[in-house]
Amino acid sequence: MRLTFLSIALSALVVAGCETTPDSTADQEGVVSSEEEIVAIQQQGVQAVPGSQEDLDILVGPRVFFDFDSSALRSDAQATVQNLGAWLEANPTKRIRIEGNTDERGTREYNLALGDRRAEAVRSYLMALGVNGNRLTTISFGKERPIRLGSTPEAWAMNRNATFVVLN
Amino acid sequence: MRRVRAIFPIALFLLAVTANPGRAELFVDVTGPNFEPLPIAITDFYGNDEGAAQIGRDITQVVTANLERSGLFKPIDPRAFIQDIGSLRAGPRFGDWRVINSDALVSGGVELQSDGRLRVEFRLWDVLAEQQMTGLAYVSTPANWRRVAHIVSDAIYKRLTGEEGYFDTRIVYIAESGPQNRRVKRLAIMDQDGDNHSYLTDGSTLMLTPRFSPTSQEITYLAYVNDQPRVYLLNLDTGQQELVGNFPGMTFAPRFSPDGNKIIMSMAEGGNSDIYTMDLRTRQVVRLTNDPGIDTSASYAPDGRQIVFNSDRGGQQQLYVMNADGTNVRRISFGEGLYATPVWSPRGDLIAFTRIHQGTFYIGVMKPDGSGERMLSSGFLVESPTWAPNGRVLSFFRQEPSDSQGRVRSRLYTIDLTGFNEREVATPIDASDPAWSPLIP
Repeated sequence: MRLTFLSIALSALVVAGCETTPDSTADQEGVVSSEEEIVAIQQQGVQAVPGSQEDLDILVGPRVFFDFDSSALRSDAQATVQNLGAWLEANPTKRIRIEGNTDERGTREYNLALGDRRAEAVRSYLMALGVNGNRLTTISFGKERPIRLGSTPEAWAMNRNATFVVLN
Repeated sequence: MRRVRAIFPIALFLLAVTANPGRAELFVDVTGPNFEPLPIAITDFYGNDEGAAQIGRDITQVVTANLERSGLFKPIDPRAFIQDIGSLRAGPRFGDWRVINSDALVSGGVELQSDGRLRVEFRLWDVLAEQQMTGLAYVSTPANWRRVAHIVSDAIYKRLTGEEGYFDTRIVYIAESGPQNRRVKRLAIMDQDGDNHSYLTDGSTLMLTPRFSPTSQEITYLAYVNDQPRVYLLNLDTGQQELVGNFPGMTFAPRFSPDGNKIIMSMAEGGNSDIYTMDLRTRQVVRLTNDPGIDTSASYAPDGRQIVFNSDRGGQQQLYVMNADGTNVRRISFGEGLYATPVWSPRGDLIAFTRIHQGTFYIGVMKPDGSGERMLSSGFLVESPTWAPNGRVLSFFRQEPSDSQGRVRSRLYTIDLTGFNEREVATPIDASDPAWSPLIP
């Protein structure tokens, strides 16, 4: 059953990778998004080292996004996490940390808890897919680590995320 | 770390002046509909040599600034004074003060004693009744003159308003700098008037939400040490930092119990946050909530018998009150919007909070039963109210929307309970998460 899941997931990777990450228009200086890195690597024809952070960002996507005040995985997020599960299966020695983040439109302590909930939502889903929980740590940064500058709904939508960090 | 020294007041005998019987005592009544700040003349404290005289002028400056900043007093421009401070030593010529429309007068003296200690005395006069209201003296070290000035301010404030003062206090907060996505946050502390400012950390570790102990020179806060967010204790005298407990998950949102013996905080595990206490003496941990929702931002009532906290167990962030043992949980916030960051007033009569409604943030207060809800301030982002120890003045932080370059401005403000006199607090760089200390013992 595992092998079937892996092959299906891998074939869906390219498509899912384009759909799940929202349009990141006009990135500001100093904010290097993974999308830029992905394009640069692909244009240079450089292959990311399998199992590296770049590899994960290209094949899966660096993060999933959430609705306001919610930790529910939307269907697009679920697809990404499924790809993440496949990636973890393909790289069985890798451990990742799931970082939960919120936008700035809430209070600090509640947002720490909400970020934890978001990271945990991803972790639970991965474990339900068969990933060993020992490989998955979580951390919440609440509203402290926005990836998108500015106080606009677009920025807030991107800052409501769970980000995947390869640890080893 | 600045050492705090005890300063004991000595009552001064009344100078022999003729009293004016039958006149009501001078009193600042802020509840009336046409409140006007009380005109008060604060004269330079007399010193018999230049060293003492300079300290005298410095003390006067601090006292004047404190009373003016409270919004309850209107210090009179010293250039209008008629009587000189030399002759004032023998007693006020009340006519000179009446004629410049001063209702109250403060006179004082500073002496550098032969034993090296500083002696400061002051008298508060009711100009119209022509009598002394208060006379006190303090002995301390010359280096401590600022604290003496704050204690003098508190004594004047209390005598004229009937309420405890709040000037001999400090504020601990998070000093912030840098763009939104690379924000550097440092623990910082200062006197409530912005002086004596120092940074307690260098910003290499993310630190949030510091709170003062009510009984000791310690603060508790959240720090991300080695990517592990946990609650810590910092001793302000020794600089020693200590992890609070040994919890398996993120601990955050810490406060002290009113007796200073416990830390109440949240722990997040498996996506669920609940409230726990840990006794600092016995290390015993007690779980107070057991609910799949987010339970956080717990704050004790001053009698230690109840706790207000923030929970979304009903679907959205609201305020709840429970007994100190976790029983009898009941919701108290029922207005429109989300309610958060509850803080019980040291007077016990009110709970301050942050409210979010239709994209606007508010700082508000309500009674512990949830009635009497009143907004004090609003903005794009205002958050994190903290009470001065007299339960009359609050501080919070206000953040502006950031621009496309990620530049953002965040400053501390103070505001009176009536919603008036909102003022920015002078900090060297941006600021958030203020916490007011108790009166310094």
